[in-house]
Amino acid sequence: MKREYNITIFSENHIGLLNRITIVFTRRKVNIESLVVSESAIEGVYKFLVVVNTTEDMVKKVVAQIEKLIDVIRAFYHTNEEMIFQEIALYKVPIEALYESDTVERIVRNAGAKILEITREYVVIEKTGYKEETQALFEELNQFKVMQFTRSGRVALTRDPIERLSVFLRERDAFLDSLD
Amino acid sequence: MATKKVTGSQAVILSLLEEGVEIIFGYPGGAIMPIYDALYDFDRHINHILTRHEQGAVHAAEGYARVTGKAGVCFATSGPGATNLITGIADAMIDSTPLVCITGQVASPLLGTDAFQESDVVGISMPVTKWNYQVTYPEEIPEVIAQAFYIATSGRPGPVLIDITKDAQFGELEFEYKKCRKVRSYIPETPVDPFKVKEAADLINAAKKPLLLFGQGVIIGQAEQELKDFIEKTGIPAAWTLLGLSALPTDHPLNVGMLGMHGNYGPNLLTNEADLIIAAGMRFDDRVTGKVAAYAKQAKIIHLEIDPAEINKIIKADVAVLGNVKKSLKMLIGNVNENNHSEWIQRFKDCDKIEYDKIIQKDLFPEKPGLTMGEAIRMVADETNHNAILVTDVGQHQMIAQRYFKFRQSKSNVTSGGLGTMGFGLPASIGAQLGAPDRTVVAVIGDGGFQMTIQELGTIAQNKLPVKILLLNNHFLGMVRQWQQLFFEKRYSFTELQNPDFITIAKGFGIPGHKVDARDDLQSGIKKMIAHEGPYLLEVTIEKEDNVFPMVPTGASVSDIILEP
Repeated sequence: MKREYNITIFSENHIGLLNRITIVFTRRKVNIESLVVSESAIEGVYKFLVVVNTTEDMVKKVVAQIEKLIDVIRAFYHTNEEMIFQEIALYKVPIEALYESDTVERIVRNAGAKILEITREYVVIEKTGYKEETQALFEELNQFKVMQFTRSGRVALTRDPIERLSVFLRERDAFLDSLD
Repeated sequence: MATKKVTGSQAVILSLLEEGVEIIFGYPGGAIMPIYDALYDFDRHINHILTRHEQGAVHAAEGYARVTGKAGVCFATSGPGATNLITGIADAMIDSTPLVCITGQVASPLLGTDAFQESDVVGISMPVTKWNYQVTYPEEIPEVIAQAFYIATSGRPGPVLIDITKDAQFGELEFEYKKCRKVRSYIPETPVDPFKVKEAADLINAAKKPLLLFGQGVIIGQAEQELKDFIEKTGIPAAWTLLGLSALPTDHPLNVGMLGMHGNYGPNLLTNEADLIIAAGMRFDDRVTGKVAAYAKQAKIIHLEIDPAEINKIIKADVAVLGNVKKSLKMLIGNVNENNHSEWIQRFKDCDKIEYDKIIQKDLFPEKPGLTMGEAIRMVADETNHNAILVTDVGQHQMIAQRYFKFRQSKSNVTSGGLGTMGFGLPASIGAQLGAPDRTVVAVIGDGGFQMTIQELGTIAQNKLPVKILLLNNHFLGMVRQWQQLFFEKRYSFTELQNPDFITIAKGFGIPGHKVDARDDLQSGIKKMIAHEGPYLLEVTIEKEDNVFPMVPTGASVSDIILEP
């Protein structure tokens, strides 16, 4: 059965690694729904979060082949239930909408969104949440003809109380040292 | 350690010397000229083999790696030089062959500008290398080359490519070399888990019909002795994959033959009767498994494997023992009981009898007038006393050679398995001969593949390599034609070849040869080839519609192996 999986990859920050990682997905024709790359809490270690919609059998094989890449330190996969995740969305709405009634204000308040910037021409609204929530806000605001809309990739944390990577890195360093 | 100031190019050569490189296969060109210039001063320390095409260089490096276990090294220039390496790199990747390929690149300010002979070789080679890296600063060279050798040869080996810009070749650095012993993000092999070994041993001790399948992992891991000790102690019959061939002597009483599409009848049929399959250093290629859904469903599976990504990739393992197969087999030997499975082994012998009567006898001792590939292979194997290195190309002749050649020692079989690269054989024989100069190297090639890299006859002649080329000529792309005959109603779509006079061509390159058209002439022709001191081409005209059987048709189960059309 296909469902959403969150693949977390910890790696060195080497040129071309993103390409190597995406090749693993491309070869198996797994489409990437969302991709976020940034430095992790551990200095020098980069973190990729890749969201895919596929079967567990496929995600296991993809993760094993990603881990095999030389510059990848470790890769994990989790279901949505095992993670806390959010996306951020920005909406640019014409300023008239704000002047003409209190509807925009009410929508923003109800959605738990906030206003980032107001100019002579437009207002920029920010909303953090699940994709369905940011999408729902878009539908509502679009009655005022949203001028621009953008949504980030997913950021996520595991519900696991321990940071598995730091434990893993400690063990790995000890193992590599034992080789000397 | 004292350092000295050298150019990037000199650092490349000095680094290769530090890694003990004795031979480089390559082809010069604009963007790698500084490195070739540096090489000129070291011609007494490193032998450079100038092939006639970069594809020849990379296949030769593969042949060298396969017979020595060391990394094969090749050089090529940027652009077309580098892209011509790709087929061989892909071949090495899928067959776990260690290669270090060094390509020249345009100067770094020109990168990405569509400069003359610029191609994004790092991008192009990414899916087919274990690792690759572009060097743009001379100071990076020693460390990157050290890493390249470490990555190429450790764990599950594979090809790496280093692309060096021309300005980095010209620039200077303080040279100091330290061999690489670890990379933080890379664990070449995990230590074998003794609990898994115990679990595996329990299954082995309880099994009534166990079958061991061995692959190239046994050869790469130098576990030939452990394999032999293990099967002798447990009395378990052992079958080989294409690349596992020669890890166990052909005449070993527990060697039950070849697996897969054109393998032997017994090991294929009985895979679906075994109660336990022990896979040692093999990856359940589709040519071995046939239809996966009907593969060994009744059996428990033990998988001894170094690459975690291979576990459960195709066949689910009941017990997966990760790590070096030399270590896991050694630990297993200590945990298994002495046993013999004579009734079970008798089943393989019964199958052998059926296969012999239906196929082998006709292949090896034909009574019809047309010559068969099998009889030629048998005679070459016998005339070389089963001590030769067999190099093959890809196709019918390859399957026949693998089936009927005989081996006494390991690292004696050089063939393109996973990628099935036609044109591999002739250049690979160059590397094999240079890697094993004291052994007889026989290159068995079909008329199709021979013409894909025939220019390497020039390399063989120039270097006076005593390769014995057995050309099995049926004037067809035989394997494709066989499939057309069996599965496409004999619609021979573009598989017939009008061939040149190969003996004259070889003569033009300075290589003597002889053509055999009749059975009377075959044995003396083969004797003459083997006795000849230098390179030699023996062309044998083969019956046009000689086929390879048995066969597991595509999509069929291994137990549906067919013995005749």
